[in-house]
Amino acid sequence: MKYAFYPGCVARGGTPELMVSANAVMDRLGIEREEIVSAACTGAGVLQERNQKLGDALNVRTFALAEKMGLPIMTICSTCQGVMSQANRRVLRDPEYLAEINEVLAEEGLQYKGTTVIKHFLWVLVEEIGIEELQKTFTKELSGLKFAPFYGCYIVRPSDALGFEEHPERQTSLETVIESTGAVAVENDGKTKCCGLPILLINQSNAIQMVSNHTGEAKDLGADAMVTPCPLCHLNLDGYQPKAAKRRPSGKIDLPILHLPQMLGLAMGMQPKELGLQRHIISTKEVIGKAASAPVAVR
Amino acid sequence: MEQTLRVKRYDPENPGEAGYQDYTVEVTDTTTVLDALLTIREDMDGTLSMRCSCRASICGSCAMRVDGQAKLVCKTRISSVAPNGETLTIDPVGNMPVIKDLVVEFKPFWDKMRAVTPYLQPEGVIPEAEYFASDEDMVHLVGVVNCIQCGACVSDCTVLEVDDSFLGPAALAKAYRFVKDPRDGHQKDRLEDLNKPSGVWDCTRCMQCVEVCPKDVDPMGRIMVMRDMAMETGFNNTSGSRHTESFAKSVKKNGRLDEMKLAVDSMGKFNIPALLDSAPVGLRAMRKGKFPWKGHKSSEPDKVKQIFEKIEGK
Repeated sequence: MKYAFYPGCVARGGTPELMVSANAVMDRLGIEREEIVSAACTGAGVLQERNQKLGDALNVRTFALAEKMGLPIMTICSTCQGVMSQANRRVLRDPEYLAEINEVLAEEGLQYKGTTVIKHFLWVLVEEIGIEELQKTFTKELSGLKFAPFYGCYIVRPSDALGFEEHPERQTSLETVIESTGAVAVENDGKTKCCGLPILLINQSNAIQMVSNHTGEAKDLGADAMVTPCPLCHLNLDGYQPKAAKRRPSGKIDLPILHLPQMLGLAMGMQPKELGLQRHIISTKEVIGKAASAPVAVR
Repeated sequence: MEQTLRVKRYDPENPGEAGYQDYTVEVTDTTTVLDALLTIREDMDGTLSMRCSCRASICGSCAMRVDGQAKLVCKTRISSVAPNGETLTIDPVGNMPVIKDLVVEFKPFWDKMRAVTPYLQPEGVIPEAEYFASDEDMVHLVGVVNCIQCGACVSDCTVLEVDDSFLGPAALAKAYRFVKDPRDGHQKDRLEDLNKPSGVWDCTRCMQCVEVCPKDVDPMGRIMVMRDMAMETGFNNTSGSRHTESFAKSVKKNGRLDEMKLAVDSMGKFNIPALLDSAPVGLRAMRKGKFPWKGHKSSEPDKVKQIFEKIEGK
């Protein structure tokens, strides 16, 4: 199993712990990958609001690069997944539009034929590796821990761009993976809502209220941590939680926000440093402690 | 076969007794959620209140939440949402005050529609007969005119959930309908208004409205177009506009996004209060080693820049 790896800007920027933990966990799982080092940012929906064709061209270039490598794309960012899925759908539905974009790409000798598959690591776990194989790599049974799933908008909407018809299991993939570790997935309403990051720099008060609602809800449901496949959600839910806590009656929340690979790494018995768990704004100490004292997985 | 519906009940005269009530009805493959609710009201419990009229997804009266997601219940077959006979939870639409059971107060919805001046304001010489518009323009506008004002998008909007001053997806889609109408003479004023707080820049692009709209109006897509139009018209002095520009500049230069620069640029380089307010967050992040000092780049930024130049023509 080999992938054209597309980590996305935030894994290379504001959440270095995602990159570290993803690499550690993927190595353990034996996932071969080759990074598409020349790829551009997907535009994250922001470039698209200025010029959709520009955003689409940057993404189609990435698809063409992967096509040339003969590999499917794997990303570790919900937002990248969604933006790429939407761009791919637009060009596949409209051959004339694709031809226009290919004309732009022709300058560097690239052409997209339309065959590239784009899969988030979360989907790779459920569809390609399979839960049974995944569980074989776990040395800990995280029973006694409760995790709140938080998907990120772009990996759940619009549903018709994300292949849910063909792969209905994608809609509950995060809960499936959480539960595969022996932990409980709490049922938080906020799990498919917006974290607030896209308006953080535009209407900070609203963005922080979203953080307060979602992390507060998960905490009230007894979650030890929140788990997300989206580094953009992580940036807001972790980084702005101290501010959001002021909006709770108790004045505190203290809910660690784990990247998906970090939770898997804990189940694989990896050391906190290998997973970058010291690089969080909200302390991960308690959840690390609980995972460390979790029973040995018996398979 | 039998189907159970858990229906949210609320009686303003007995608010303490609000809660869910289960009803089990006989259904077939083609029974809609509305059919089931009507059976409950007609045959089992006449006290259940709801709105509905045309039963053909034209009137927009019967939007409700089915398992947490806003839908026109007349358009929703039970077999499509509960293929294995799972219990369905029915709530009134969100982000509007409940009057009784599944009936909500639409006043906030109509107030916002009114706020976007939802009628044509032509300028110039009044023609002798009709105002003309091209077929192409009108076919495009039909995509928005299709809105049946059911409130599904408003119900599930994640911004309205935290800020009821936001104009919201339905009113903004309505605004687009007039901003884009070739017969209207106030495009610039409209964009200026929409550029203010609670307008186009407050949308968080979560796509809930796109997902739940039963008529594919795509409110969020319209909001994005109006953002671009506002910037093109010269309304550039907003955090939102600076955010988009800074984002584009960063990707054009390095092929990738520079989050640190994006933050400073969006708030405005001279917006000292906002920068100071965010400083603790930045410092905490730096202490935890969150930001790469070297930045990160595509290995071929020139190729990315070339695409920018080719498409934007500059």
